Amino acid sequence: MSKSQVKLIDENGLRVDGRKSDELREIKLEVGILANADGSAFIRQGKNKIIAAVYGPRELHPKHMALPDRAILRCTYRMASFSVQERKSPAPSRREIELSKIIREALEPAIFLEFFPRSVIDVYIQVLEADGGTRCASVTAASLALADAGIPMRDLVAGCAVGKADGVIIVDLCDIEDKEGEADIPMAMMPQLRRFTLLQMDGNLTKEEFNKAIELGVNAIMKIYNLQKQALREKYLKIREEVLSGNNNRR
Amino acid sequence: MPLLVERKAIVVPGDVLAEGNFKPGDYVVRIGNKLFATQIGLVEVKGNTVFVVPLRGKYIPRVGDLVIGTIVDYSLTSWKVDINSAYLATLPVDLAINKKFDIIKDELTRYFDIGDVIHAKIVAFSRVEMPILSTKDRGLGKLHGGMLYYIHPTRIPRLIGRKGSMINLIKKETGCKIKIGQNGVIWVSCINPEYEMIVVKCIRKIEREAHTEGLTDRIKMLITEEKNKLSQRGATDE
Amino acid sequence: MSYMGFIPTQIEKTKIFQAVASGTRIDGRKLNEFRKIKILTDYIGKAEGSAYVELGDTKVVVGVKISIGPPFPDTPDEGLFVVNAEFVPTASPFFEPGPPDENSIELARVVDRGIRHANVIDTKKLCIIPGEKVYTVFADIYVIDHAGNLFDASTLAVVSALLTTKIPKVEVKEGGSVEILEEKFPLPVNNKVVSLTWAKIGNILVLDPNFEEENIMDARFTVSIDENGYIVSIQKGNPGYLTLDDIRYSIEESLKISKELFKLFPGGHSNDKED
Repeated sequence: MSKSQVKLIDENGLRVDGRKSDELREIKLEVGILANADGSAFIRQGKNKIIAAVYGPRELHPKHMALPDRAILRCTYRMASFSVQERKSPAPSRREIELSKIIREALEPAIFLEFFPRSVIDVYIQVLEADGGTRCASVTAASLALADAGIPMRDLVAGCAVGKADGVIIVDLCDIEDKEGEADIPMAMMPQLRRFTLLQMDGNLTKEEFNKAIELGVNAIMKIYNLQKQALREKYLKIREEVLSGNNNRR
Repeated sequence: MPLLVERKAIVVPGDVLAEGNFKPGDYVVRIGNKLFATQIGLVEVKGNTVFVVPLRGKYIPRVGDLVIGTIVDYSLTSWKVDINSAYLATLPVDLAINKKFDIIKDELTRYFDIGDVIHAKIVAFSRVEMPILSTKDRGLGKLHGGMLYYIHPTRIPRLIGRKGSMINLIKKETGCKIKIGQNGVIWVSCINPEYEMIVVKCIRKIEREAHTEGLTDRIKMLITEEKNKLSQRGATDE
Repeated sequence: MSYMGFIPTQIEKTKIFQAVASGTRIDGRKLNEFRKIKILTDYIGKAEGSAYVELGDTKVVVGVKISIGPPFPDTPDEGLFVVNAEFVPTASPFFEPGPPDENSIELARVVDRGIRHANVIDTKKLCIIPGEKVYTVFADIYVIDHAGNLFDASTLAVVSALLTTKIPKVEVKEGGSVEILEEKFPLPVNNKVVSLTWAKIGNILVLDPNFEEENIMDARFTVSIDENGYIVSIQKGNPGYLTLDDIRYSIEESLKISKELFKLFPGGHSNDKED
């Protein structure tokens, strides 16, 4: 049963927004959307709207904080004051500070930091609108921004939250499901290598429920991974097609 | 032992390129029995080595490269130069001027001052030293006049072309002086500003279409079309 | 964040001065021409009003949030209007995470004054219980890509967002409590305002400076004008000076060019329409 009397799963097994238990929200990914950043990406997932930007590798000031054998990865996750129902103060909350760290630690295992000693790679995440699962969506977008910045990586990192609502294991929780459900498991991994780099859990689950949730989560992440790859290739494939079809009006 | 993707396919980090006996080249890593791309780019094979020609990524300094940079700071005996890469470069005074530099009597700013743009060669770069530049070779040194344009550094090989074919074509057809930095900075100086616009259009087109075939022909067409437009407007003098 | 990290090249500086002296800009624009402007409203679902504006490559997102609280003691029957600006580090290699610095605070205050003195929002219509409960309108500006002229992009974005803001209706109950209803009504908007920012380069004023021009300009001059042709706010910025001719010229040009800018706003609710 949910925490309040909100019904999260109806008599047809459908969720509050009409989705099936293993269905993802609609996802749109765009790469290279900012003019100044070395790499950038935008993700729309359900109502979530998040921008990720990467600057680097670049010199770190003060110099003594740099590491002699590898780059330092820094990550800042912030939510806009208008991203949530009740206006949030623009100053960073404890949650944003924790998530900045969690997201950094989700991305770091994928990056070849040792290629850029004495430098810093900065990842900035700005949530413009939030509706549950923002840390996972942020990892997905940040990973694209890193690839767009040409930072060498072992694999992309893709994220998705799974959980339990009205006793049913569900995928890609929206805000109500996160708040009212019985469990929330944000996760992210390097899909090709099946390496988990982000895993948290709140709620209560049996061992069987947990295993089922992870399984559904991995499936969801593979779908998101394919969308990431498509988004990275898209721009270049489109130009190739344009050129082949001789439809070359742009100079 | 197959290659799992076509040559010149666009690959992204995490794509599996091959299994088995291949050797990992640039931007490719071997994990277990598989070779993975670590960069977004075009996959290539040379002999047994699989590598990726990158489409993104900041300029990584290489010894021998000619770069175009900006003086941003100086100390007693060297200048600091922004070469649009992860690292600030250093130009020591004895790699810049031919006579002996007198620390007491002379001033660094007599030679290069903040904001000056220089064409220089990278003479040293390793994991311990930040890139070191020299302007001693002929033709190097401060650039005067003209204008700077920026292209993604990964496109520079295409802009130059095989044995300089692309850039020489552009220079010949427009009469402009062009100097190229491997770090993605291009210096262009034209007598005719309309021809400078043609050079800029070529640069933008090459940046956009570097990963496609037949680009040289399309650039030739672009230059011809633009010159025709100009002569129709009666705006050119040969 | 100061621009001390960025050194303009002698070559680009010279080229910009030469171009401007001969009546053009390095991006091909005329001296008094704006870059391409794109305005999207209702961009953020959770905000009561929102807008996304592109001015050339500069990109700004504004979200309007409404809350209910006590009024200021000296204006007991008026609602509140608060503008805040955040320079998001995604926007520029020179922005660092942290609280607003003097530049983002100046931006917020200049945009605020333009809107306040044009009386864009009728704050008297935002009173619920005089002396106790009023609506507060928060307009938060998030700069996400900085390619010059954040002032004009932000003013366009805040006004566009206000024009399309919907406030929840309230019902005052017995005992003075206030219930927020589902029904919404448009924010009462009296007027529109635009700002026009000029950069002094050499002796010449250019409109809507891009990043390169801002980096070498001597002085900056922002003029805010309302729909009725009144000058409602002015700000000179940047070290550097303006002559009386500079001031007269830019105000005159701003008055002319503002007419074109007003056409860009969404067909929101203004005082000459019934909604």
